[in-house]
Amino acid sequence: MKKILSTGLMRGLFFQILGTLAGAGFVTLVRFGMGLKFWGWDKTTYGFTEPAWVFGGLIGVLSFLYGTRVLDDWLKWAAGKETHEEHHDPPGWIRFFGPSLDHKVIGIQYTVTSLILLSVGGLFALIFRAELAASGLQFLNPDLYNTLMSLHGIVMIVSILLGIAGVMNYLVPMMIGAADMTFPRLNAFSFWIAVPAAVLLLSSLALGGFDTGWTGYPPLSARAPLGMQMFFLGVFVAGWSSILGALNLLATVLRLRAKGMTAFRMPIFVWAAVATSIISLTATQLIGLSFQLVMFQRLFGMGFFDPAKGGNPIIFQHLFWFYSHPAVYVFVLPGLGIISELLPVFARKPLFGYKWVAMSSLGIALVGFLVWAHHMFTSGMNEYLRVPFMYSTLLVAVPTGVKFFSWVATLWGGKIETPTPMMFILAGLVVFLLGGLSGPPNATVSTDLHLHDTYFIVGHFHDTMFGGYVFPFFAAIYYWFPKATGKKLNEKLGHWHFWLMTSGMLVLTLWMMRVGLLGMRRRIADYDPALGFDPSHLIMTIAAFAIALSVLIFFVNVYLSLRKGDAATGNVWNSRSPEWQVPSPMPAHNYEKEFRVVGEPYDYGLPGSTYVQFED
Amino acid sequence: MRHILVVTLLVILVAALVFWGLSALGLLPQQAATQAEPIDWLFNLEFMVISFLFALIIVPLIYSLVVFRRKPGETGDGTYVEGNTRLEIGWTVIPLIIVLIFAYLGAENLGRVRQPDLQAMQVQVTGYQWGWQFKYPEYGIRSQELYLPLDKQILFKMESTDVIHSFWVPEFRVKQDLVPGRVTEVRVTPSKIGRYTLMCSELCGTQHAYMNAPVVVVTQAEFDAWVAQRQAEAAAAAASGPDAARGEEKYLTYCKACHSIDGSKGVGPTWRGLLGKQVVLTDGTTFIADEAYILRSIKEPASQVVAGYPPMAFNAEAVGLTDADLADIVEFIKTLK
Repeated sequence: MKKILSTGLMRGLFFQILGTLAGAGFVTLVRFGMGLKFWGWDKTTYGFTEPAWVFGGLIGVLSFLYGTRVLDDWLKWAAGKETHEEHHDPPGWIRFFGPSLDHKVIGIQYTVTSLILLSVGGLFALIFRAELAASGLQFLNPDLYNTLMSLHGIVMIVSILLGIAGVMNYLVPMMIGAADMTFPRLNAFSFWIAVPAAVLLLSSLALGGFDTGWTGYPPLSARAPLGMQMFFLGVFVAGWSSILGALNLLATVLRLRAKGMTAFRMPIFVWAAVATSIISLTATQLIGLSFQLVMFQRLFGMGFFDPAKGGNPIIFQHLFWFYSHPAVYVFVLPGLGIISELLPVFARKPLFGYKWVAMSSLGIALVGFLVWAHHMFTSGMNEYLRVPFMYSTLLVAVPTGVKFFSWVATLWGGKIETPTPMMFILAGLVVFLLGGLSGPPNATVSTDLHLHDTYFIVGHFHDTMFGGYVFPFFAAIYYWFPKATGKKLNEKLGHWHFWLMTSGMLVLTLWMMRVGLLGMRRRIADYDPALGFDPSHLIMTIAAFAIALSVLIFFVNVYLSLRKGDAATGNVWNSRSPEWQVPSPMPAHNYEKEFRVVGEPYDYGLPGSTYVQFED
Repeated sequence: MRHILVVTLLVILVAALVFWGLSALGLLPQQAATQAEPIDWLFNLEFMVISFLFALIIVPLIYSLVVFRRKPGETGDGTYVEGNTRLEIGWTVIPLIIVLIFAYLGAENLGRVRQPDLQAMQVQVTGYQWGWQFKYPEYGIRSQELYLPLDKQILFKMESTDVIHSFWVPEFRVKQDLVPGRVTEVRVTPSKIGRYTLMCSELCGTQHAYMNAPVVVVTQAEFDAWVAQRQAEAAAAAASGPDAARGEEKYLTYCKACHSIDGSKGVGPTWRGLLGKQVVLTDGTTFIADEAYILRSIKEPASQVVAGYPPMAFNAEAVGLTDADLADIVEFIKTLK
């Protein structure tokens, strides 16, 4: 027990609580001194006033970071003191609960945190999905429904951001033959700042919630309860994690590749990670900014989005979507990279058109910057803007199509094996196809006038998120679990996980699209029974519970396999990739001998060729 | 070659089956506006292309999984093929052309949906938390129900008094947000007699799910009769002076969301026993509530905020409450002892 309480995580949380109280107390004292309202109970005042909570929340985050000791080396350097070049993690599981500089430990920290948030966000969804199983309000009130629905969105988004950060952190240095990331301390910082951000987001539940959805559009968000501010602050802080993590990853790929690893000889996943990081590094600021402006509107009466003060609510939507559309490519590009990475291994064939697939990731990333206003076709923005944004949006189909055709061509003529990771890859491909094909009706303006803000959109983006992220993410866990632990995940439980999740997902999202087309609005706590959607919603709820059950089976699988799974320390999947050429699990600083790239990464079926050669 | 031939035939077959299935399912609600016609035409075209693309990927995928599966006992790798530049160019350029055609068709289609009629009848729509108000400036009437004559283009001029709302009748297809601080427009030509529902489709707070209004499309003659009836009612109301029953109707529509009449605390203070009660404002002023105070509170809510409540921006004029309506409401408040 004492061991747990003295971990970086526990110290951080303890400091966060103290910091929050100290910050809030300070503002409260100042307000008391100035004769302002400083205490009370209403929509925006939970004991402390709103400014006190916001300032407290910020101080809490800084205190958390100080408490975990992730800032220690930097503080020492600032004070002109020497530090150790290397840090040695304590042995055993305890190292995952404190700041480590090892990219593999950080990758696992990210991944586990992501899975925790995935479960929390999923739980929120199950609660309101159960409420929606029948028309009328059963056990939620509209405000609680709105809060849970909004939190489901943002918690899942943060979970995805941490999930891709986990996979990229774990894999990229290994794949390019680096000992670690370029900036290990910044890497630890990027992970640890995401933890207090998640705490802030969840704290909104206790502080009145918020009823705007994760999009936080003003003026609604300018008059929402106090929870809104915790949401804004949480996202703002989580954004730092994204930006700094992306910077680190780009620097790592640019500077630390093994000898002979030219751009077009990198594993294809690294290309996807680069494309994703370019977006995260340059677009995340915009969501932080847009949320900060609403925070300031609430705190200081600055009327950025208040028409009565010369503000404009539509500007918010531009700023917000300038990040939040590219963000969906942040979510899916690494997943699509995993699909491209694993298909050749299990088809036993080279990746068809490697350069085209690599360039299509960059293509999606870059076109993705020019499409944001397709979320605003009905918003009342200048009408002439709708047509150019329709053109740019439809263009995304071209590089995405290149990926699909190349994947199918990779499978064609292979000797295909289908262990669990490959099954998840194939499901990801099919579900992402459904997400992709349901895209164009949202892109052409006149059909979008019908579809906007309906369940069709909800079905569309859940397919893209599941196909582009969730399925490939689980594929990656099944595939690289032996690398991280030296144990293999159970195949039989893996199959149960797969079939439940895939069937549940297809039923859920196809039904969402169906009721959406027929007139089901999104984000409503209740629906008119006259619409006749009751049976459809019941089916969707059952499907959602099937997905939840499948994730539960996954956790059981992880637990059982860790305890008594088959040992798997060798090249389990018969891959050419460098990380599989050495025993699992890998030591700190990865490879004992450096390797040189001497061939193409995916030349399966070319006799006598290898990708890497270890130096003697 | 045999593989390619089989897959080609299967792609055509599956595409046709999927499209047939989607069409047979009945994917869209009925059409009740001429604007829905081009939209549904484009939907149909897209469903066709989606069916084809679905088959184009799924068929070779499943075919590969069956035919190119590793047989038990088989060893070795698949055929060594790195790629094919011509194919890659092909499946970049052909989709690009299709996409551009679709974008062109989409723009042309949008033009047809937006086609203005200079003779259009204007209806002013006001959205507020949480309800709808319709004004017919040509006839000097207002309504909580959206009555529309058949086959006549309606130009909706829309405003919001508080947060963003969105105007959507699924049978009309088109959707347009209402944004505080500006007037947005949408044109609809009802083409089918019937009753529909206008739904707010932009999340607007607690009661968003219930922010609906009935839409009634009738013949021109029935519409004219309805207009005449509304005008007569309005004239009668103006002549008869304040009336608590009419005030209660207005309370239920406009005020109930925030003000209770049973003494419970809402977004705003309760109205129970309001008249003659002692009021404390945020600035500390204390006085006894009278009719003049109540009227001023409704008209300029920010001018005298009751202690313990946030300042609200209810705009009686914008939601269409006239002085006569306010008199009705005050009359109703008088009955709440």
